[in-house]
Amino acid sequence: MRESVIMKIHYGTALASVALVAVHILFRLTQGFAESLQYESVIANYEFLPYAGMLEIILILLSIHGFNGLRVILLELKQGPTFEKSVTYGCIAAMALIILYGSRTIFMTSMGMV
Amino acid sequence: MTKVDENKEGIKGMANPTRYGIERFAYLLMRLTGLGLLAYFVAHIYETSNILRGKVGWQEFLAITQTPEGHIILAIVIGMSVFHTVNGIRVMLGHGGIGVGKPARPDYPYVPQSQNAKHKIAIYSSIVLAALAMMYGLAVMFGE
Amino acid sequence: MTSESLPISKEESRIIVSPTKTITLRIFRYNPKINNESKFDEFKIPYQRWTTVLDAILEVKKHLDHSVAVRYSCRQASCGSCGMKINGRPALACFTKISELNSDVITIEPMNNFPIIRDLAVGFERMFSTHKKIKPYIINEVSEINPGTKEFLQTPEDVEKYIQFSGCIKCGLCNSVCPTMATDSSFVGPQALAQAYRYVADNRDKGKDERLKIIDDSHGIFRCHFAGSCSQVCPKGVDPAMGIQLLRGYLLGFRD
Repeated sequence: MRESVIMKIHYGTALASVALVAVHILFRLTQGFAESLQYESVIANYEFLPYAGMLEIILILLSIHGFNGLRVILLELKQGPTFEKSVTYGCIAAMALIILYGSRTIFMTSMGMV
Repeated sequence: MTKVDENKEGIKGMANPTRYGIERFAYLLMRLTGLGLLAYFVAHIYETSNILRGKVGWQEFLAITQTPEGHIILAIVIGMSVFHTVNGIRVMLGHGGIGVGKPARPDYPYVPQSQNAKHKIAIYSSIVLAALAMMYGLAVMFGE
Repeated sequence: MTSESLPISKEESRIIVSPTKTITLRIFRYNPKINNESKFDEFKIPYQRWTTVLDAILEVKKHLDHSVAVRYSCRQASCGSCGMKINGRPALACFTKISELNSDVITIEPMNNFPIIRDLAVGFERMFSTHKKIKPYIINEVSEINPGTKEFLQTPEDVEKYIQFSGCIKCGLCNSVCPTMATDSSFVGPQALAQAYRYVADNRDKGKDERLKIIDDSHGIFRCHFAGSCSQVCPKGVDPAMGIQLLRGYLLGFRD
């Protein structure tokens, strides 16, 4: 993938996640911070499907943005074909892992499997 | 390869925010906050997965995070994310050529147009907004 | 008119002589042909209000240690030969006055991110190769030497769009100060990227797409993070950071 396409994705995920993370934080603040972290409140949030969907989208956007940023920093620190390939595939793997792990939480909780 | 072969400044040079103005400092802060936020993001995904352990598991984890130390860490995360967001928007616009000035015949003392007040103000604003957000966050968390 | 017909003016000496002061120069010494050890040699040099760092170094060579290796030529910030790190900041030695440094000791080192040949002289091969990579010439099928064609016309407004970037003297100070170049050996560098913009912005040039493809690389234009240090140190007002962001605007779709 060309670097310009990767960076457009990097910027796009940044802008989209700013809006969605703001909503995520507002959910915590409007209820009262400590109260919103109680078990029943959190479960209710997950079972509200649009919110769970939003969390899933945030997870994907931030994983892409964060691990691409890490890839850029690592590529600048050391160069070489083997290292660069390892960094690229390593970051993609880490991205996928985090998305899978987080999606597991969201899916199971929103489906009431807790 | 010895250091003087390529004579690269290395990480010391990359991470040195002094001597070249606030823009260089913002570049370094952007990297540090990005890495910090990535670490928090991974920890947060793990932290929230405790909901799957039921009420007892969730309360156990809240006992670790809802402490003064946890609140201070969260306040730092709030500051990092506000700075990274606001400065990120400035950088994004700058990357598109917005606010970097217009090419013109340079004249002594050759002050660079791209290092203009707009970007400096945006950087200082992001630092100030981050500090304000941290204070608000601390007020909310410790106020309850 | 002969000189006898002109009255001889009474001369009064109004020349104010700048008081001579002394400065300590700490010059980095390294000779890979002898050993791999580097050190600093100190020299005490008299200087006046107008003495430049280059003047001081040449004073050292003349009277104290002629073996100090330094590259210089025009002595007037036109050739870009005397780039070096002065008190930790890359600058042209001929363009930096000692009196402006406000320091009793001046540390002079070779520019970073360039391999050292000896003492203050560094190798420019990498910079020249990255510069060549971006095709630093007008790309246009139509040539003025074709019969029946006239010269390429440019209005003053057309010239204004790129003239700033054409002032680059290839001194390498921007590459030396760039935080990405501090760690990334494959990065194209601010000098090459600014020159790429110089040609893309020139309306005689038709090679924009070709150059954009070259810099759209994992160690190309996107490894610039707009730290702006290149523009801070440029002695000719080229403002490479501006050129790079304007060039990136094409790749990101901000400009056509």
